[in-house]
Amino acid sequence: MNRPLSVRRAELAIVALVLSGMAAACSSSPGTPASGSSSGPGSTPAVTGTVTVFAASSLKETFTSIAKRFEAAHPGTTVVLSFAASSALATQITSGAPADVFASASAKDMATLTSAGAATAPTTFATNSLTVVVPSANPAQIASLADLARAGVKVAQCQPAVPCGVLAAKVLATAGLTVTPATLEPDVKSVLTKVRLGEVDAGLVYVTDAVAAAGSVTAVPMPAGVNATTAYPIAALSHAANPAGARAFVDAVVSAEGLAVLKAAGFGAP
Amino acid sequence: MARATARDRRRLPAALAVPAVAGAAFLVLPLTGLLARAPWTDLGSLLRSPVVADALRLSLLCATLATGLSALLGIPLAWVLARSTSRFVALLRALVTVPLVLPPVVGGVALLLTLGRTGVVGQYLDRWFGISLPFTTAGVVVAEAFVAMPFLVVTVEGAFRSADRGLEEAAATLGASRLFALRHVTLPLIVPSLLAGAVLSWARALGEFGATITFAGNFPGRTQTMPIAVYLAMESDPGAAIALALVLLVVSVAVLAALRDRWLPRGGAV
Repeated sequence: MNRPLSVRRAELAIVALVLSGMAAACSSSPGTPASGSSSGPGSTPAVTGTVTVFAASSLKETFTSIAKRFEAAHPGTTVVLSFAASSALATQITSGAPADVFASASAKDMATLTSAGAATAPTTFATNSLTVVVPSANPAQIASLADLARAGVKVAQCQPAVPCGVLAAKVLATAGLTVTPATLEPDVKSVLTKVRLGEVDAGLVYVTDAVAAAGSVTAVPMPAGVNATTAYPIAALSHAANPAGARAFVDAVVSAEGLAVLKAAGFGAP
Repeated sequence: MARATARDRRRLPAALAVPAVAGAAFLVLPLTGLLARAPWTDLGSLLRSPVVADALRLSLLCATLATGLSALLGIPLAWVLARSTSRFVALLRALVTVPLVLPPVVGGVALLLTLGRTGVVGQYLDRWFGISLPFTTAGVVVAEAFVAMPFLVVTVEGAFRSADRGLEEAAATLGASRLFALRHVTLPLIVPSLLAGAVLSWARALGEFGATITFAGNFPGRTQTMPIAVYLAMESDPGAAIALALVLLVVSVAVLAALRDRWLPRGGAV
């Protein structure tokens, strides 16, 4: 077993590098935010470049529309939209994902960022509430929220860590219903898809999702007094690579035009 | 110029050593990062939580059942691919190995559209037999077998090809049927490859995420396997996610150790 000395040395170097990497990982403190450099309120820097917006899944249609208007109003800008569950996006941002703006479907996930120093002074721009949607054929003949608790009814709802899951649990508890879902989906659009495909008998989604998918699903009215609402905060992020673009996009969302887009999609006023 | 000494000729050139060290670090560092951030003090209580226990039990059960299903259907398929003289066999081989390279989430969509309750085949399963696979543990097994079986088929087919045909022919001249020869002559010959293929597909099934969450959804104790639990826990409880990830890492290393003689031959000769 006479192996060349230098190969053995290379192996040693690899081990040393790995160990030093471990030591570095151990010693570095998690999350050391650099102080954000924000220009004063007096200056109005030109808005250019790419604005990266992380937004809750339920904002897919409205933010896509607002982003198009924003790009038209600010020639030379590109809005990159990333939609996912608010909790997933908040985790990505605290892990260093390069975003300029965060729009959350719950105050809780925004609070995760503000307490970590990743965002300051969020603005609430919309509210939303839940509804039951069923496939157009309504195979299980769902006529009310209470029908979701019937044996054999397949229900999809959001997993408990995401805002629509929190809201679903709250609504079902208020209604005094025990529902065993067939699946707890990672975000509200996945719930909607499972209903659209007819793979479940009913889903709990936002009112706005039912409006957006009106052709392929049917909304079942919620009984009075059991619905709950969630507030949507938006903020420019402290580490935004494009702080001027971030502020301009937040302004576009809370502008009269932005709020009109949200209202038309079924969102409630802030 | 003097002739290079024996020592010089054995020296590792820097052009190879530097990328080799970088390559090794690239593959090993993330794993050490996982170890460095592991919540060692809470690990015991995290791993005893019902979510972890359920996910681990379900993962081990489903990966084992998926491997069993893969062997049951995959060994005959591998035998046909190895022994058939039809000119369509090359096409068949290409088709059945597609799931090997297909992004798993695409596999999940395909399964949902085929075997889902309203799917091309699934609607008849539902109508005639009352079987609906999505959102069930059986659905997890189907999704895992879909992505894992090609690994077993490819491994076992190779073994069938290299197995001594003379022994099968000898058995035939002694009056053995093809089935008898396969069962009593060829299969015992390829046991090492069969085991390797089974372990390979078991490991692939254990790590399955995309096809599973798309086809079988997510519900603790029923369809929430380890990878899905890791992904969802990352949004709400990173400590639990790391603990779950460590368990999967340990299992993966154990699989590698079990197959070390096949994949890591001593002395470098393959």
